[in-house]
Amino acid sequence: MLLIECPYCGVKAEETELAAGGEAHLTRHGPDSAEEAFAAYLFDRLNPKGVHFERWRHVNGCGKWFHCARDTATLEVFGTYSAQTSAPPQTILDAIRARRPDWKPANAPAE
Amino acid sequence: MRDFAETSGVRVEALPPAGMVTLRGDLSDPRLGDALNAVGLALPDRRRIAAGSAGSTVWMSPDELLVVCGEGEDRGLAARLSEALAGVHHLAAAVGDARVRFAIDGKGARIALAKIAPADMAAFEIGEVRRTRVAQVAAAFWMTGPDAFELVCFRSVADYAGKLLASAAGNVEGIALP
Amino acid sequence: MSTRLASGGRLIDRTNPIHFTFNGKQLKGYAGDTLASALLGADQMLVGRSFKYHRPRGIVAAGPEEPNALVNLGDGAFFEPNQRTTVTPLRTGMEAASQNHWPSLDYDVGALNQLIGRALPAGFYYKTFIHPRPFWKHVFEPFIRQSAGLGKAPKDRDGDVYEHLYAFCDVLVVGGGVAGLQAALAAGASGLRVLVLEQWGHWGGRAPVDGAVIGGQSAEDWVKDALDRLDRMENVVLRAQCQASGVYDHGYVLATETVSGHTPGGATPRARLWRIRTKQIIAATGAIERPLSFYGNDVPGVILAGAVRDFVVNWGISPGDRTVVVTNNDDAYRTAICLREAGLAVPAVVDARPEATGALPEKARALGIRVLTGSAIAKVKGKKRVEGVALCLQLGEGAVTEEIACEAVAMSGGWSPVVHLWSHCGGKLVWDDALAMFRPDASRPPLGADGGAMVRTAGTANGVMDTPAVLADAAAAAADAVTAAGGQPADVTAAKAEDEPEAPILPVWIMPQGAGVAMRTKMWLDFQNDVKVSDVQLAAREGYESVEHTKRYTTLGMATDQGKLSNINGLAVLSQSLDKPIPQVGTTTFRPPYTPVPMGAIGGEARGDLFQPLRRTAIHDWHERNGATWEPVGHWRRPYCYLRSGESVHQAVEREVKNTRENVGMLDASTLGKVLVKGPDAGKFLDLIYTNMMSSLKPGRCRYGLICSENGFLMDDGVVARIDDETFLCHTTTGGAERIHAHMEEWLQTEWWDLKVYALNLTEQFAQIAVVGPKARKVLESLGGMDLSREALPFMAWSEGELGGFPVRVYRISFSGELSFELAVPANRGRELWDRLIKAGAEHGVMPYGTEAMHVLRAEKGYIMIGEESDGTIIPQDLGLDWAISKKKADYIGKRAQMRSHMTDPSRWKLVGLETVDGSVLPDGAYAVGQGRNENGQQNAIGRVTSTYHSPTLGRGIAMGLILNGPDRMGEVLEFTKIGGGVVTAKIVGQVFYDPEGEKLDA
Repeated sequence: MLLIECPYCGVKAEETELAAGGEAHLTRHGPDSAEEAFAAYLFDRLNPKGVHFERWRHVNGCGKWFHCARDTATLEVFGTYSAQTSAPPQTILDAIRARRPDWKPANAPAE
Repeated sequence: MRDFAETSGVRVEALPPAGMVTLRGDLSDPRLGDALNAVGLALPDRRRIAAGSAGSTVWMSPDELLVVCGEGEDRGLAARLSEALAGVHHLAAAVGDARVRFAIDGKGARIALAKIAPADMAAFEIGEVRRTRVAQVAAAFWMTGPDAFELVCFRSVADYAGKLLASAAGNVEGIALP
Repeated sequence: MSTRLASGGRLIDRTNPIHFTFNGKQLKGYAGDTLASALLGADQMLVGRSFKYHRPRGIVAAGPEEPNALVNLGDGAFFEPNQRTTVTPLRTGMEAASQNHWPSLDYDVGALNQLIGRALPAGFYYKTFIHPRPFWKHVFEPFIRQSAGLGKAPKDRDGDVYEHLYAFCDVLVVGGGVAGLQAALAAGASGLRVLVLEQWGHWGGRAPVDGAVIGGQSAEDWVKDALDRLDRMENVVLRAQCQASGVYDHGYVLATETVSGHTPGGATPRARLWRIRTKQIIAATGAIERPLSFYGNDVPGVILAGAVRDFVVNWGISPGDRTVVVTNNDDAYRTAICLREAGLAVPAVVDARPEATGALPEKARALGIRVLTGSAIAKVKGKKRVEGVALCLQLGEGAVTEEIACEAVAMSGGWSPVVHLWSHCGGKLVWDDALAMFRPDASRPPLGADGGAMVRTAGTANGVMDTPAVLADAAAAAADAVTAAGGQPADVTAAKAEDEPEAPILPVWIMPQGAGVAMRTKMWLDFQNDVKVSDVQLAAREGYESVEHTKRYTTLGMATDQGKLSNINGLAVLSQSLDKPIPQVGTTTFRPPYTPVPMGAIGGEARGDLFQPLRRTAIHDWHERNGATWEPVGHWRRPYCYLRSGESVHQAVEREVKNTRENVGMLDASTLGKVLVKGPDAGKFLDLIYTNMMSSLKPGRCRYGLICSENGFLMDDGVVARIDDETFLCHTTTGGAERIHAHMEEWLQTEWWDLKVYALNLTEQFAQIAVVGPKARKVLESLGGMDLSREALPFMAWSEGELGGFPVRVYRISFSGELSFELAVPANRGRELWDRLIKAGAEHGVMPYGTEAMHVLRAEKGYIMIGEESDGTIIPQDLGLDWAISKKKADYIGKRAQMRSHMTDPSRWKLVGLETVDGSVLPDGAYAVGQGRNENGQQNAIGRVTSTYHSPTLGRGIAMGLILNGPDRMGEVLEFTKIGGGVVTAKIVGQVFYDPEGEKLDA
């Protein structure tokens, strides 16, 4: 059972306090979007073995959504950060590279 | 509301209704702190409770406070807060009727809560606040003094929470946490 | 026979005898005994029958690895099967019964299986019971069910109570032997928070039995001293009778503490499940001795050598006057020496190694014990107990060289570190040829949240076998753990110890090495699941190369002991059969729990009243006292209807509907969600949340709205009231309150964080009472207060004021088609207002109504219900709700999805009303039958029923359904399926069956 620190209230929360929200940094496609782009927004998700950016909500806690950078294979947590961003901040990218020098973002959020 | 008898050194008591106000707003905005002070309240630090003349202020999230005041005072206090925050984006609403309060105190109070909440009770400090779950329901509690806690949860689960706390208050002797 | 020695037994209190029963027989033990030691003290060698062949079995081990001595304990509500006698503390009045035999332990019918043992090899069930098919159900399965299984399943509700406990620490030390205590001393000195768990009620592990000297004192004294020092450290907590069962991600550890054991009726929990979160784990879990595989190694009286020592030293047990020791290592000589020192005879130590010249063998020889090197056991004589052994050469084929009479055999095949906690979360193992064991590979540890090692092993669990090295290893592990946990290791030097040096072990997997097939079919690997050397060899011959497959084929290691004794021996036999070295064959995966955890402990407090939280409204007690039958809606309980004496549920619903239509009804609507949305951008935000326009709503007015997911599907509906310019109150369905509030928060926090909007769930702040029916206004006006006239408060308006002294917000909204007022009052006054309304309404014939009447009323009026007309695949357009979808708005959640081709397909089924031709009630969920058959040969369906009721108002069945091209087929008669065959015919009609002009609700 994972233990993830909520960046808003600072609580190291176990999974029973959290709700998983899937892949992070999706770009919303609205009414003007093309069919394929919209379908991809709804359904296409990365499923990497390794570094991944996820959304979590501290639901049994402060109620805030936040982002988490995590290795899906080793479960190493590189850091958590604000939900109000469309890309991982440099500090998180640095933390990942410090541990995974060869890591390349998949179809990655722009840096 | 039922009273829960003293059990095994931990007393669990359903407290009488209190007024409560939820205040949503940017806690880092100095105008919010000023408004709190203007109505006799204090701005708490993260995960802390702060006492004021008009009530206690409980930190709930970076943009949410729970004010605990006297019964029947919450609608007035919410209105005064809104007045003091005129022009500042916020939300203030009376929520005292939505919640019930319990007092948990006695030597084993930390242990009683450690049985039902995934929180580090051994390291809990006076004035600290934790929003979490107790067994299967959401709750918030804070430490009011040595071996004394106050807990709030939604009124609809008052019966469950009361029985849960009473059960957790039993058999606390001989349990130590590092 | 096994007996109690006249003296000795460091754990028992001979002044405190305890009486208990085994299979009804009155026996006596002492305080401090385990059930196993007490049974041996009373010469109960035979304690059970094996799983498959019903062979007589005795106690093999003295700890949690015991495979045989499992018993049923207690009875009734305190009955517990499969209890390991070796770890069960003896208690007064304990009732133990052996398992897996019929009719009695001594005369067991199932033992006939032994005689046909050749017919029951590995994979027998898979191969045999497949054909002929009908035999499975009528012959094989009943036979297997009768004879399989160990303990009986409890029949009564568990009478014990259980609880959880969340604990946090920096360093968790598992194991209170000398390694664990040394690690705890070192970790504790750093000042970090340390928790030490010991599965036994006593501390020190094997060291006090094995007799090492630590720091110049006996191991026993050193342990006492260490405990004293740990007790004085405020940052250290010691917990005995608490076994770490499993290690999970990110330092999560579950441990099971035995609190009251089986003391029936007490209020103290039987077990407490510790849910521990730690930064670092030190597994000082020791090692488990391996049996040797020789003919008859399962006969009662063949006991692990270390266990024999435990029984002698800890509990003062003699396993028999004469014990033959058989070994491939030096450690077992400690058993020979210990027995001799206790005054018992050791006719011989049978050592498979060509020579034995170490300190321990020499000491044994000096005591006059005969040591036979290069020797093996050809056969154990005796059936229900050991009567003697026949010896042979280890390198030979089993020709008997000598026979020795004895009552017990102490065997040792070497030791296997307990690596379970290391392995649970991914720690890898390495095969150590010199020590003939798998030990943790420190270079591939289980990883924690920081990407570093999360578990360290210390002492024998780490493959370090002699006491001086064990202590040094433990201190080093503690220093590493402290550093990794962010602490500063204290300058602690490990205690110095002295121990006899041991000569190398000789791996011996079969005894003798040239044993023929007849011998190998009587060499047991897995005692609990009856797997023999010959079974694993058969699996290898049949092509099983993977140890995981072999395990499942033979059931090796799959019993409740999970192969604690058998895994390595089985693996070695497989490796020899495959001519592959052991590391290439690999080992099976260790999974939690280490030993079985009671289900009750996992459930914790969640039983009875605390099984699930039930949510109650402020008016719940009134409903309960007034005949409510309950409908669960999420965790809420809502009155389904209020039964009067002599009434059926159906009659009650009819009465409630009619009375609401004719007079006035009252509904507790408190459970409906109420989300306050406030901010300069609230209107803009709600325009995105709802399909229709909310920003244009005027303060004081209400509007019905729909909420869709980004997939376009209908999620929820409800009435929005605009409170002021910046503030809206959004009503949701009962089930939607938390969901819709969370939906709003998600979009506000993760997508439109630039919008200045706050949302707050106020559902429980208000009790909400719907007063419904033609006389509703009269009832309310009789309370006195605010103006509720049609002019002051028209349909779809709201107003705030006082009514009968209550501060209320009154909404003129209707879910029934009648004149209706919904009153919101602070919840603490909800019950009082309800009582007042019931009293005031009496002269107007007021009656409460429940959720079923509410459903009927709304269906008569043609209103949809989330969860009935919608099911997660329905878009508002399917339900003819196009009027509630804004065409002007550029965007709302779900808009783009509703433009996709499948969503705009004209052949989507659409909502219509249905009227049965004969007036009967359509079956719920019935399908409308179409022409032809689909590719699966099923009748094509062209629609289905979504809501169906008997309408008391119309006196006939009414329904709504989704029908292909429905709105274009008004008046057409369709056939609907009936459960059990046949069809019902129904006509497509408009969905509003009652007051289509809406005069009543606008009254």
